[in-house]
Amino acid sequence: MTDTTTSQADAITPEFATEAKELISHYPVSKRSASLPLLHLWQNHFGFIDDTGIEWIATQLDLTPVNILELVTFYPWFRREQAGKTVIRVCRTLACALAGSYEVKDKFCQAVGLDPHEEHHGFGCAPPTSADGKFSVEFVECLASCGSAPVALINDDLVENISPTGVSAIVEKYK
Amino acid sequence: MASLLQPPHPKERRIIFGNISKPGYAPDIETYLAHGGYESLKKAITMKPGEIIDMVKAANLRGRGGAGFPAGAKWSFIKYDDGKDHYIVVNADESEPGTFKDRYILHEDPHQLIEGLAIAAFATNVHLSYIYIRCEFPKAAKIVWNAIKEAHAKGFLGKNILGSGFDLDIYVHQGAGAYICGEETSLLESLEGKRPYPRIKPPYFPAVLGLYMKPTIVNNVETICHVKHILAMGPEEYAKMGTPGDGGTRTMCVSGDVVRPGFYELPCGAVTLGELINDICGGLKPGRTLKAVIPGGSSAKVLRAGEVFKLKVKGPDGQMIDKDTPLLDLTMDASTLQAAGTMVGSGGVMIMDDTRDMVWALNNLNQFYAHESCGQCTPCREGSLWMSKVTTRIIDEGARPDDAKNLKNIADNIAGRTICAFGEACAWPTQSFLAKFPDEFEKRVV
Ligand SMILES: Cc1cc2nc3c(=O)[nH]c(=O)nc-3n(C[C@H](O)[C@H](O)[C@H](O)COP(=O)(O)O)c2cc1C
Ligand code: SF4
Ligand code: FES
Repeated sequence: MTDTTTSQADAITPEFATEAKELISHYPVSKRSASLPLLHLWQNHFGFIDDTGIEWIATQLDLTPVNILELVTFYPWFRREQAGKTVIRVCRTLACALAGSYEVKDKFCQAVGLDPHEEHHGFGCAPPTSADGKFSVEFVECLASCGSAPVALINDDLVENISPTGVSAIVEKYK
Repeated sequence: MASLLQPPHPKERRIIFGNISKPGYAPDIETYLAHGGYESLKKAITMKPGEIIDMVKAANLRGRGGAGFPAGAKWSFIKYDDGKDHYIVVNADESEPGTFKDRYILHEDPHQLIEGLAIAAFATNVHLSYIYIRCEFPKAAKIVWNAIKEAHAKGFLGKNILGSGFDLDIYVHQGAGAYICGEETSLLESLEGKRPYPRIKPPYFPAVLGLYMKPTIVNNVETICHVKHILAMGPEEYAKMGTPGDGGTRTMCVSGDVVRPGFYELPCGAVTLGELINDICGGLKPGRTLKAVIPGGSSAKVLRAGEVFKLKVKGPDGQMIDKDTPLLDLTMDASTLQAAGTMVGSGGVMIMDDTRDMVWALNNLNQFYAHESCGQCTPCREGSLWMSKVTTRIIDEGARPDDAKNLKNIADNIAGRTICAFGEACAWPTQSFLAKFPDEFEKRVV
């Protein structure tokens, strides 16, 4: 699935390795517990997780690669392909849907030049991503902010009470 | 984010949200200390661990994560001196649709959680603890982590806390976007770095075989936060705020078709559903009438406007008699909602008005459950998907005459036949929407 010619593991810096060690030290009883933290570290750093990432993490934790791969394929957060620089995660669940999140998601797609009907396949695929690589848009389930629906998580920012007409101004801020 | 925090309604009693409501309140430790922070911990370390557990029991504190288990009883399952390592894991996965209270505590008053956690750890002989935060709260993880470092620097965490000889380390652990990790044994598997398949109970009750197969307490963020207030005000005062079986305050999160959605910290059982909707949340939007209420997170069984429940109350001569109680007169406490056939759950109240289509609403929830089933048990994995496919098809193409019967059959064959309570959680919406709104399914038959 990952079509990179260069391997991510070749680009590991000493700082990255130190940070990984620090994370492992948070789990004095079992190193394996550091699987998710290391996957987050990797994805935050490289944007996605390639085969060399899976192998590197497994090696640090004395595991086999499949122990890590089976996490990447289970958890919706992790991906094996590059996503947009800005990832827009619109909440799909009931309170947000009541407040118009389906329309809001379509507007986000249009604002960044995506076909609203393009499917997100899950299982580690990147969400639909604009041709310029700047934006990905996907639906996610309840973001625990139902009182200010509809909401979206845009990179690390929670954006609340989104109206369809306000979408393009929001996108502008992340350009 | 604070936009949801309005001036307190007269019916509210802000304990957990007491500090957060104050103008200029910030999540740093100096602000917390200036507002009486860590005083309960100072008191706790002078007490006997058993005394603290007795106080939590006497306070009638029930878990705020959804299942409503008495917190003091949960803690007393841990044998202080059994020679084993014990752990406490805070459930900050907050993913039950309709629930959005823990988010604010984590972002705006993290030390309240850390203080409660330190007291809980002292009472149960725990020296290592994790706070499991869903990764969709990236800022909260940073804020809580920073608060932990601040607490270390001041001697409230780490070795020999405040000279008591008690040691505690706390770490933040981030999830990765899976709802099932809110289920406590899934959460523990996730924390162990495994695929988060819930464990079968028995034998894997967390209190017996929890994190790393050691006795473990899993508590919700809000539950842990209540602990410091129980110590501060005394268990009697605290319990008195609520009802006999449901002490203290509970944060009700209201969303959907009301004028003022938001969260409201209310003494348990202090308001009826009608007061919550009409007084506190400003009623329905202009020109609309009530149609349906999901009272305790998306898994709680839906209630229909106009329903009347037969509830047992004490009659004039002390005997229990049936009393007709209309929907809006139900008090929002654990036992009343249970008697009405639903639950107070995680406190997430979702309101739908007369413009809403109940098949559409159910389909939205069915899609949620189909997406979030971990896939371990066949009835849940297949059933949640089938229910979602059937309701989607009803919306797209109209219903077949036997759809309602088939949906009920699928749901009935999930609940009670699975490894974890997600089975019930995904069956209850379908069962209750069909039972309460049969007309909406019938009218779609083509
Ligand atoms: C499918 C499912 C999802 C759950 N999600 C959460 C959650 O997001 N947060 C939470 O605190 N409890 C959640 N729970 C409840 C936990 O399993 C557990 O009962 C709770 O964390 C215990 O804490 P408490 O006793 O303080 O309520 C969930 C349960 C199930 C079955
Ligand atoms: S009931 Fe569903 S979510 Fe729970 S273990 Fe079984 S398949 Fe997984
Ligand atoms: S339903 Fe969208 S935040 Fe909960």
